[in-house]
Amino acid sequence: MDNLFVYCEVEDGVVADVSLELLTKGRTLANELKCQLEAVIIGANLKDIEKQVIPYGADVVHIIDDPRLAPYTTAPHAAVLIKLFQEEKPQIALMGATPIGRDLGPRVSSALHSGLTADCTSLEIGDHEDKKAGKTYKNLLYQIRPAFGGNIIAWIINPDCRPQMATVREGVMRKQIINANYPSKVNHLEVSKYVSDTDFAVQIIERHLEKRKINIKGASIVVSGGYGVGSKENFKLLYELADVLGAEVGASRAAVDAGYAEHERQIGQTGITVRPKLYIACGISGQVQHRAGMEESAQIISINTDPDAPINSLADYVITGDISEIIPKMIRYYKQNTK
Amino acid sequence: MKGLRIIVLAKQVPDTRNVGKDAMKADGTVNRAVLPAIFNPEDLNALELALRVKDEIPGTTVTILTMGPGRAAEIIREGLYRGADGGILLTDRAFAGSDTLATSYALCQAIKEMGKFDLIVAGRQAIDGDTAQVGPQVAEKLGINQITYVEAILQVEKSGIKVRRRLDNGVETVKAPLPLLLTVNSSAPDCRSRNAKLLMKYKHARTVTERQNAAEDYLYLYDSRPFLNIHEMTVNEIQSVPDQLGLTGSPTKVKRIENVILQAKDAKRLTAADEGINDLMKELIESHVIG
Repeated sequence: MDNLFVYCEVEDGVVADVSLELLTKGRTLANELKCQLEAVIIGANLKDIEKQVIPYGADVVHIIDDPRLAPYTTAPHAAVLIKLFQEEKPQIALMGATPIGRDLGPRVSSALHSGLTADCTSLEIGDHEDKKAGKTYKNLLYQIRPAFGGNIIAWIINPDCRPQMATVREGVMRKQIINANYPSKVNHLEVSKYVSDTDFAVQIIERHLEKRKINIKGASIVVSGGYGVGSKENFKLLYELADVLGAEVGASRAAVDAGYAEHERQIGQTGITVRPKLYIACGISGQVQHRAGMEESAQIISINTDPDAPINSLADYVITGDISEIIPKMIRYYKQNTK
Repeated sequence: MKGLRIIVLAKQVPDTRNVGKDAMKADGTVNRAVLPAIFNPEDLNALELALRVKDEIPGTTVTILTMGPGRAAEIIREGLYRGADGGILLTDRAFAGSDTLATSYALCQAIKEMGKFDLIVAGRQAIDGDTAQVGPQVAEKLGINQITYVEAILQVEKSGIKVRRRLDNGVETVKAPLPLLLTVNSSAPDCRSRNAKLLMKYKHARTVTERQNAAEDYLYLYDSRPFLNIHEMTVNEIQSVPDQLGLTGSPTKVKRIENVILQAKDAKRLTAADEGINDLMKELIESHVIG
């Protein structure tokens, strides 16, 4: 009762980074709430899978292992979580804002009539006073996220319904092993108690998974472009600079929506979160939704024709001017002064 | 095979994609007046997939269901111009303040009033919230299967439907029996444009509320051309438990909203002049940030 649950995704026997990140965050929140952290792993061939999550501080690992449970389909995974949550009554349930978490989370929240907040950029514990009802709620989960195109930041709470559910994108939280031999209990669940044959009506006929070609998350330098870059053609300049510096190219949502860059390059709340040692923002105005994905960069250079672009307030260096003039100068200096 | 009955879930949204500087008022609230209201982009992709089934299987009907204020009837007309057969505007003050769960409850109860259906198609997410929750929540409440992130319907047969999903890391081909709910990605084909004949046919399509404001000249049309009636459904026409609706029926509450106020760092300011840029690059190379 009243514990914190994290749904863990598994692909090819490996627990997803986003799930480990959520376990790390969950551990901190559970300490604050003085409750247990419990992981749920649903899939096939899960022998020894608990070893991957226990070091992150899971007090209990629930495992349900059946050949039919991988690859992921909605109904059986939802059936397990719905029943398990009805039995265990967690106060908080977290999952990745991935294609799986975003498919599963709303299904579960709908069945349990519990509130779900998508794409949180921060999770905190705090109290809430409902003045109208004259009620005080202790230790609620504050689900914090940019809203309305990123112009405002909203603190969302679920005062009355449990579990309080939230999804978080990969890379937003940091994963950290706390103890390789963390004392943990493994709980193997019996599939027939949770899933019925009718839950397998949806069948996957074919799957083509590609390893991510673009590794922006791991890049130490990111050259990123916004709507202000002006065209797909102009984006080539960014690729040239990235090529010279050994950087990856990122983009704001406005640039992706305008077709200047692929969706895989989108940085921000609904894209990737990066923490490179250098972030070069070209023609990016800097809405909250974008800033959420890059504000922890060690150093930030903003190149923008608008001297008052909001992103400039984050920047260590503000270059006011046109990228088509500035980037070639940067490339030239770099080529001349390094080997 | 027999035609399908398809419902397209659509939403009118403020165009948050190109938010300008005047989008926020001085007091930090959103200035909705300057944001144009549009057909949610992925709902248009959903409509296109539905219309393609209609093109292929004679007798198929496509009905748009939207929940929103009176002016959301605009997107039903947009749908009619593109080939939808009809639309329902679910509108009532009782729905105000709904979060995704209360919205999905209201939509689900409306769908139950619409009779038998084979397929529900919705955009994956709306650009004003990006939650991607309402589709799956409706499917759960109706007790039907869902397939999210769909970009193409490959095959429709009596026994079921075959679709292609586009995920972050690849594609899946998935088969499922009907009835079924699909949510559609922007990687699906763009929606066809308005058809000139349909535009002529439906340009006076109105809800009952809009008709009160329509020019007298056209009022005679609505008796002789029933297809010009956009069905306005209120809370009285659905079976519902009042405490599941609107703000009361929403488990999530907004505790606090903060306008984003930027505390400027003490940044070095440069222009495009050679000297400044060379100094910057030199500094970055010497501190091993680059190079």
